[in-house]
Amino acid sequence: MSANAPLAATGLRKSYGTQEVVCGVDFALQPGECFGLLGPNGAGKTTTLRLCLGLTDPDAGTITTLGHEVPAQAREARQRIGVVPQFDNLDPDFTIRENLLIFGRYFDISDALINARIPDLLDFAGLASRAEARIQTLSGGMKRRLTLARALINDPELVFLDEPTTGLDPQARHVIWDRLRNLLKQRKTLLLTTHFMEEAERLCQRVAIMDHGRIIAEGAPDDLIEQHIEPQVVEVYGEAAPDWAERHGRAMSERCEATGETVFCYAHDPAPLITDLDSRNGLRYLHRRANLEDVFLKLTGRELRD
Amino acid sequence: MIKKHWTPPQFSMRFVHVWRRNLLVWRKLAIPSMLGNLADPLLYMFGLGYGLGRMLNDVGGMSYIGFLAAGIVCSSTMMSASFEAMYSGFSRMHVQKTWDAILNAPLTLDDVVLGELVWAASKSFLSGSAVLIVATVLGLVPSPLALAVVPLIFLTGLAFAAMGLIMTALSPSYDFFMYYFTLCVTPMMLLCGVFFPLNELPAAAQTLAQLLPLTHAVSLARPLVAGEVPSSWLLHIAVLAAYAVTGFYIALALTRRRLLQ
Repeated sequence: MSANAPLAATGLRKSYGTQEVVCGVDFALQPGECFGLLGPNGAGKTTTLRLCLGLTDPDAGTITTLGHEVPAQAREARQRIGVVPQFDNLDPDFTIRENLLIFGRYFDISDALINARIPDLLDFAGLASRAEARIQTLSGGMKRRLTLARALINDPELVFLDEPTTGLDPQARHVIWDRLRNLLKQRKTLLLTTHFMEEAERLCQRVAIMDHGRIIAEGAPDDLIEQHIEPQVVEVYGEAAPDWAERHGRAMSERCEATGETVFCYAHDPAPLITDLDSRNGLRYLHRRANLEDVFLKLTGRELRD
Repeated sequence: MIKKHWTPPQFSMRFVHVWRRNLLVWRKLAIPSMLGNLADPLLYMFGLGYGLGRMLNDVGGMSYIGFLAAGIVCSSTMMSASFEAMYSGFSRMHVQKTWDAILNAPLTLDDVVLGELVWAASKSFLSGSAVLIVATVLGLVPSPLALAVVPLIFLTGLAFAAMGLIMTALSPSYDFFMYYFTLCVTPMMLLCGVFFPLNELPAAAQTLAQLLPLTHAVSLARPLVAGEVPSSWLLHIAVLAAYAVTGFYIALALTRRRLLQ
């Protein structure tokens, strides 16, 4: 762990009642990177973020955020952090501009300085023409962009993003990704939680996959794909797919998984699978490169997490 | 873990930002809000004061409407502080998640709850003062001693805001507040000397009334409005302050338990 890590956590533990939700988590961010914390629902991602912000105290472990010990100096740490929470909590009683102004005041920033920052933040969020609009009139994408702009009101060095694109349409999601890349260009450090693997692959230099309160894999997305999974995937669809997999597919792939009427065949050499599938009618298939989602599903399993 | 919620509060001046946020919202709705806050107590004061007052020669040595005015100043303060701390506070804490947003900034929950306490007391101060001003304009307040009612209104507001915040910390939904109104606020309205002198009540009820904060607010406000120094004023102030301080401490501990998991 480097001494200048914007955020370093070691041996983090947190229990609620008899259930331990964070069970010995270690990670450290490098300045200017986007670090992804991935995991199914209930893996402990949000609790880890809350611990790093000092909103709840760990049962064990240490957290250093921007040189401050958390939770002891959480207030000083939060002064230099921006947070995009999982659920929008913009102030519905205020306009867009007032939301930014009021939030800036919480950081003891002078009204003059906040007002000087607001035009740039509105531009960044693509909301310059809507400054006086009320929150209720905004679309989901606009609200998320405003929440992101609000998180930047204190010009933070480190930004926490808890599932920033959940519930957004593809257009809105791409705009958010573009803005996050923009922040990385400004040398800000991002800590992103998500369960969209595509999002993590596009944005993160490094990711940690979390399950049942533990980090079970960590590294660059490409390295994780290389380490944990066969490079080629053939997805086969249709009623007949599971039967085909049992008779033929399994023998031709290194690993074969089925969910319902979809079969995933993993292999280094997909040629035999494709030749076989081309010779059969009624089986649709898709051949693609393995991605982070394949790694994620292999490591965390395909069962539902409720 | 349980002990931790009960560690002493640590405040910063940033609670003022929470207060200012609420003030800005209020300013947008100030006129309807003030009218709403005034209409109810004034209806009581005029309706009962004139209607019932005609049948009564004097109550506690003064006209009934004069007697009632001091009580209504206190009860409207109680109502306003309770509503703000419970319904509005719960909206901000639970429904709008305004507190969650604030906690991501460099404020602590202690700052937020203190800001809400002082805000609810400030809002109730406006309600109580407005009633006092109307009573003064009507010539029901003969003595400048009534100026001492002004800080009393704020103290009363703090006491009821603190108790309201306890309910907010415990509440699963808005419906929960009905229990508090039915079991605490309405009995206080009727038992604490707002509408008639305490000594008209049976002894047991009088003893009970002495435990309730509204009794002490009324015991201070009524003589002051009439131009007399209240007897055992220090005791009454101490009881109200104890409700405010203890209530706030309990509210803070329960809110920490609820939100800082």
